[in-house]
Amino acid sequence: MTTRHTLSVLVEDKPGVLTRVASLFARRAFNINSLAVGPTEVPGMSRMTVVVDADGELIEQVTKQLNKLVNVIKIVELTAESSVQRDHIMVKVRADAATRLQVTQAADLFRASVVDVSTDSVVIEATGHPEKLTALLSVLEPFGVREIVRSGTLAVGRGSRSISDRALRSA
Amino acid sequence: MSKGSPISPSLMATKSAGAPKAPERADRTAENSVVENAAVSPVLGPNTVVPPTVMSGSQAIVRSLEELGVDDIFGLPGGAILPTYDPLMASRMNHVLVRHEQGAGHAAQGYAMVTGRVGVCIATSGPGATNLVTAIMDAHMDSVPLVAITGQVSSSVIGTDAFQEADIVGITMPITKHSFLVTDPNDIPHVMAEAFHLASTGRPGPVLVDVAKDAQVGQMTFSWPPKIDLPGYRPVTRGHNKQVREAAKLIAAATKPVLYVGGGVIKAHASAELMELAMATGAPVVTTLMAKGAFPDSHPHHMGMPGMHGKVSAVTALQQSDLLITLGARFDDRVTGVLKSFAPHAKVIHADIDPAEISKNRTADVPIVGSVKEIIPELTEAVRTQFEQTGAPDLTGWWTFLNHLKETYPLGWTEPEDGLSAPQRVIKRIGELTGPEGVFVAGVGQHQMWAAQFIEYERPHSWLNSGGAGTMGYAVPAAMGAKVGNPDRVVWAIDGDGCFQMTNQELATCAINKIPIKVAVINNSSLGMVRQWQTLFYEGRYSNTDLNTGHDTVRIPDFVKLADAYGCASFRCERDEDIDATIEKALAINDRPVVIDFVVSPNSMVWPMVPSGVSNDQIQVARHMTPVWEEED
Repeated sequence: MTTRHTLSVLVEDKPGVLTRVASLFARRAFNINSLAVGPTEVPGMSRMTVVVDADGELIEQVTKQLNKLVNVIKIVELTAESSVQRDHIMVKVRADAATRLQVTQAADLFRASVVDVSTDSVVIEATGHPEKLTALLSVLEPFGVREIVRSGTLAVGRGSRSISDRALRSA
Repeated sequence: MSKGSPISPSLMATKSAGAPKAPERADRTAENSVVENAAVSPVLGPNTVVPPTVMSGSQAIVRSLEELGVDDIFGLPGGAILPTYDPLMASRMNHVLVRHEQGAGHAAQGYAMVTGRVGVCIATSGPGATNLVTAIMDAHMDSVPLVAITGQVSSSVIGTDAFQEADIVGITMPITKHSFLVTDPNDIPHVMAEAFHLASTGRPGPVLVDVAKDAQVGQMTFSWPPKIDLPGYRPVTRGHNKQVREAAKLIAAATKPVLYVGGGVIKAHASAELMELAMATGAPVVTTLMAKGAFPDSHPHHMGMPGMHGKVSAVTALQQSDLLITLGARFDDRVTGVLKSFAPHAKVIHADIDPAEISKNRTADVPIVGSVKEIIPELTEAVRTQFEQTGAPDLTGWWTFLNHLKETYPLGWTEPEDGLSAPQRVIKRIGELTGPEGVFVAGVGQHQMWAAQFIEYERPHSWLNSGGAGTMGYAVPAAMGAKVGNPDRVVWAIDGDGCFQMTNQELATCAINKIPIKVAVINNSSLGMVRQWQTLFYEGRYSNTDLNTGHDTVRIPDFVKLADAYGCASFRCERDEDIDATIEKALAINDRPVVIDFVVSPNSMVWPMVPSGVSNDQIQVARHMTPVWEEED
């Protein structure tokens, strides 16, 4: 039985750090579900949100192996209850004069917005919990989905604490 | 660079101080100095203050190495590292010019294994760098402190498939502890200091420093010591007190404990501490292939080496144990056999400096993260305290059982029926005639197992081999490095005829640089271990394992002539009655390398053996012969 785990990984913004993380997953046969990376509030630090499918023992191994990477500063597992998790999606849907209204109404229900319109298509942008976006997709499906681009999950812990505080103080 | 003078004369003075007579003390001194430095600064070496000085990047590389206390380097120049070889010529450091970069890598490993210091190798970009890959991977598997410096094409052409360009940082990423690509000469001092810090602390391992040619040529301002900036690297060395006390409680409650000792104890220089713990607990000891010498083989508490070709007493001690006190070992598949059936009744205490090893293969009941150098003495104290409170457990039954096994199933061999010498006898006599002060370096295969089984190791750092990686060709270059590191010790490469043909070009390096190693080629005219498996599991169909180097063959190459061509003393020994005399002759020659072609039987096999895919309970002492287990309890 595997479950989904969301790891927030604070890393040094050094060349090759993404490769190091990605190749570690590959060579240890760990399964990455999604990975998103970007800069943080601290210059020189990046933060990766890695979603992994693994059982309890394996996730411990994943965390330990990641921690061995010299460029990895800190790893926190964010549980669903203690964190806010969001994906970002853009979907190009078939929509002509006849169906456009139905499509935009469906988008409204999900608080998604239309960011591009042409005679026979619209691009819908949405942000939300991964499950909500999957639901949106299934609603849009009947109209004809032409293209999907989806970010990896981003996650941040609830409350005032920051992952980088303690990590950097002790360094 | 070498002018044919004795290797590193400046070093010999310090190293020879008491080394041959009191190796234990020499080892202590080495480790104390490391600890002192570490307490003062993470930068290795004496931390001499160098005020800002303008120099080239290549001068900075050489100067950094000097400041880090490096004495010996193994390498081979080429285009992209040429700038660095120029200032190297004027350095006090001893550079050994190898004949193949793989040799430089293994030599640096051998050097590191006997001295406990960081081994250093240098190569150029592209093929020079990729030739180091096997050695880097070997060092990674066996946790050997190694810094590999490679030249890289100029940063302006990186990524253009320039001449001799290879992404060596990318290639070695999965097999290094860390790696650096340097394109700014100003980064050189701190990167070098960080590389040595990473390689030598925590769980030791290989670190690659790839330096672009323009970073070597460019000007920079050198000052020392540099600041080490590794916010993500904080190895834990001190074990958790509570865990140590928990471990002591388990020890007090166990009636069949075993100290399962791995290579980490050797890397941590913790043999003396281990002895104290063994005496305090009264428990038997097994030492893995990587830990041979961590505990004296002759000691009555020693049950031998566990694993696929382990001794019955060692394998069974683990299988029947109710508590594994695991110290710097990693439950490798060659030790555990089928993991599910390994030591099924045992609880596990697992002390290791690498938290990722704990509960990786076998779940630990009491995990202790830290250096065994610090954990073992604390555990010994905790055990003494615990025993005072709750009394020492009664291990009499356990010892009766184990001693019976040890007597019933000693290591041995059957004499070959073809009239040729038994390889085991040759190896045993090399060990006996050389004595425990020697250093023994094996390749990979049957001869490696026999060298682990039939030579008695009484001190740490006296046994070198390629354990995790299983690199054929390790022995000759690693022995060369070991001899440079321990010039006053007798250093034997116990090699196979297959292994020897992979790296014997370093005999030239040994002969020219006066590095008088001794090579025993255990010549069974075949890839022996593969042949053994073909005998046992492939109905004797010997697919591509015959090397034609031995008795009744064309003898290509003729090892005696080959060694002679390399400027070595060379002998052939084909009869039992000549074994001792030939070894004595080799031991008497110390002005040049010696190679002995020991022609032995191709039919000898390594026993005992646990066939792969079955439980360690199925250990066979000889073909189809499994010990009779007495039902106790």
